[in-house]
Amino acid sequence: MRKFKEFIIEKLILLCGLASIFFVALIFLFLLKEGLAVFKTVGLFSFLGGKSWYPISEPPHLGILPLILGSLWVTLGAAIISVPIGVACAVYIAEISPGKIKEVLKAGIELLAAIPSVVLGFIGMVTLVPLVKSIFHLPTGLTALSGSIMLAFMAMPTIVSIAEDALYSVPKIYKEGALALGATHWQTIWRVILPAASKGILAAVMLGIGRVIGETMAVMMITGNAAVIPQSILVPVRTLTATIAAEMGEAVVGGEHYFALFAIGIILFVISFIINVTADLFLHKRQ
Amino acid sequence: MVAFKIRDLNIWFNDVHALKQVSLDVEANEILSIIGPSNSGKTTFLRMLNRLNDLEPSFRMEGEVKFEKEDIIRMDAETVRRKVGMVFALPLPLPLSIFDNVAYGVRMQGIRHKGKLTAQVEEALKQAYLWEEVKDRLSESAFKLSGGQQQRLCIARTLAVAPQVILFDEPCSGLDPISTAKVEEAMLKLKQKYTIVLVTNNVKQAARVGDRTAFFLSGELIELDQTDKIFTAPADKRTDGYIRGKFG
Amino acid sequence: MRNPHRTQKIAFAFLFLAILLILVPVGLIVFVIIQKGLPGISWQFLSDMPRQGMRAGGIFPAIIGTIYLASGAILFSLPIGLLAAIYLSEYAKDNLLTRIIKLAIVNLAGVPSVVFGLFGLSLFVVFFKFGASILAGAMTLGILVLPVIITASRTALESVPQSFREVSLSLGASKWQTIRHIVLPNAIPGILTGVVLEIGRAAGETAPILFTVAAFYLPQLPESVFDQTMALPYHLYVISTQVPNVAEKIRYGTAFVLLAIVLSMNLIAVIMRNKFRKLKKW
Repeated sequence: MRKFKEFIIEKLILLCGLASIFFVALIFLFLLKEGLAVFKTVGLFSFLGGKSWYPISEPPHLGILPLILGSLWVTLGAAIISVPIGVACAVYIAEISPGKIKEVLKAGIELLAAIPSVVLGFIGMVTLVPLVKSIFHLPTGLTALSGSIMLAFMAMPTIVSIAEDALYSVPKIYKEGALALGATHWQTIWRVILPAASKGILAAVMLGIGRVIGETMAVMMITGNAAVIPQSILVPVRTLTATIAAEMGEAVVGGEHYFALFAIGIILFVISFIINVTADLFLHKRQ
Repeated sequence: MVAFKIRDLNIWFNDVHALKQVSLDVEANEILSIIGPSNSGKTTFLRMLNRLNDLEPSFRMEGEVKFEKEDIIRMDAETVRRKVGMVFALPLPLPLSIFDNVAYGVRMQGIRHKGKLTAQVEEALKQAYLWEEVKDRLSESAFKLSGGQQQRLCIARTLAVAPQVILFDEPCSGLDPISTAKVEEAMLKLKQKYTIVLVTNNVKQAARVGDRTAFFLSGELIELDQTDKIFTAPADKRTDGYIRGKFG
Repeated sequence: MRNPHRTQKIAFAFLFLAILLILVPVGLIVFVIIQKGLPGISWQFLSDMPRQGMRAGGIFPAIIGTIYLASGAILFSLPIGLLAAIYLSEYAKDNLLTRIIKLAIVNLAGVPSVVFGLFGLSLFVVFFKFGASILAGAMTLGILVLPVIITASRTALESVPQSFREVSLSLGASKWQTIRHIVLPNAIPGILTGVVLEIGRAAGETAPILFTVAAFYLPQLPESVFDQTMALPYHLYVISTQVPNVAEKIRYGTAFVLLAIVLSMNLIAVIMRNKFRKLKKW
């Protein structure tokens, strides 16, 4: 009797162990189920390369190039800001700050990670957006630049914590060796520790960028959401994520617009899949 | 009577050949001491007898291990472990009260009756010479006991399950001489009812308590004989060298 | 000639600057929300229905909705996540399947939150015909927090010393008895800490609930799991972008309440972690 009960429990445990695989597959399956329908009416290339996104015009224009470029601009901007600052921050925390201060700094980074993105979006709207508007004398502060700054900020916890882990796991012996040869602390960091941790830092950067591409609420609240091909970083843009979030509410279930938004979901899913698998490879090879 | 019959036992962990062609019998109601330098396969041998090696994913074996004429690999692991108890090198109380530590194995057999549990716990603690010291504090955490008391608690815990064999894996390595003496005293008493296999790094301990002594070296059984014989006139000069080195 | 010590000083100054660039804004954000949000907080604001198209009244239904959604998410993900963690920590062998499971967890954690929203919409709302409902929203959030629940629980389970398992098994207990009576009780503090953290995260997520449950303006409490509900994060989004002329006091007040819920969960988790660390018996 007990044996039988345990047999059932252990099968249940195995089943739940497989749940993650099941859910990832299920997500992909349902995205495909709803999203692939759009390609019956729009070719893959005119979907990806189409220059205009007017989903509710008659007939609808379903080209997501402006959205891809919008995501790309915002992401690039965010990466340019967040990568150097984030890695520098990780170096400071892992190598320079003494014990007690290290804990405080890490708590600060964790605090940032905990703030919901809608709250950051709200704060960005009321502080950052007017600031950008007045500095650059723009008609609106809802621009790609504002989005990049905000997203850089949101990618920071991911980059800092993973890069810090990578720096931390560099064998002590490397560091001691360099210091023993008379290198300064900074030379040791620059010539020995950073190169030794480069794979982990690369993974940190990739996962940070993954976070940025997938971010939705903050970006929707402060980039202005204009679905046009951006000519500079000081104009409003619309990202892939914001498009889904802003338009799904109005799309008719089973309509072409609905399918198109799911197709965007497929693209986001595939991007995040590639980023995560590659980053995981980098993190695993190190050991 | 023979408790364990082991023939041509080979054990590997990944590519490491931990035990090589070991054949020996363990007699019922004897204390068999196993001595040898570290990494000689003593503990691997001991853990084979109650199938704890199964927990290692890289474990692989060949040969035959019979417990009372039954192949232990074919037996249910829980049944083997219930009949063949183990006392570990360091005192390892579970994070439970003193009472619950001793009652643990009994409860796992499905015995829930309060009176029966209490009786079995008391009996086991008495056999391990711990009852007098803890009878008024059974509900306290087992971590509050001293190291020697903890080790006797672990013996009591093993006895409560009513095994036929008790395996001791260097049970006194963390204890002071007085505590060690108490554990050894308990062992000598237990011999009347149980078969004991004792792995020890302490050659003197083997000389004090063992009926027979086996010497392991690099995974091979070098020599097995009456304890007196091993310590006075060992047949193999490697045994002689090891014992001298340890005594010297 | 370059002086290495001066280079070092300059470099360290830049690194320190990077720290300030992150931490000063974080401090400012929290400070501004407290400073401007706290004055708007009153018992009425917390316990009243919104009125006049959300330009007056309170945020009670949004608070309740958020509590329902966050607890529903945990209710759904904890059993699955805990058993999955037990599988990984106690049963999984070092093989390809385990590798794939771990990769799936990483990927599930990396899926953009709005894609979870799409998934929830297509599976729960449309396919299972739950409609936009608390059930659909909570399950979507549940799958979103699942990978972190698994990872946190697994860490907690793996931190239970291997020797406890050996002792239990050597006393004749079965594997499941060992897990049930020794491993789980000693891992519970760590698991709870992870759960509390994820309640906070689930409470703050917006994108996954956009199309699965969140109501724009619904000044009443939900009566069943098939009802829509307002939720704090969506409410904050609505009153700051979709409804013109909402008083600053209400907007900051809402942001304050949401932040307070999320951060207090984090604080509770930190306190629990420290407390349990002190109580640890081994």
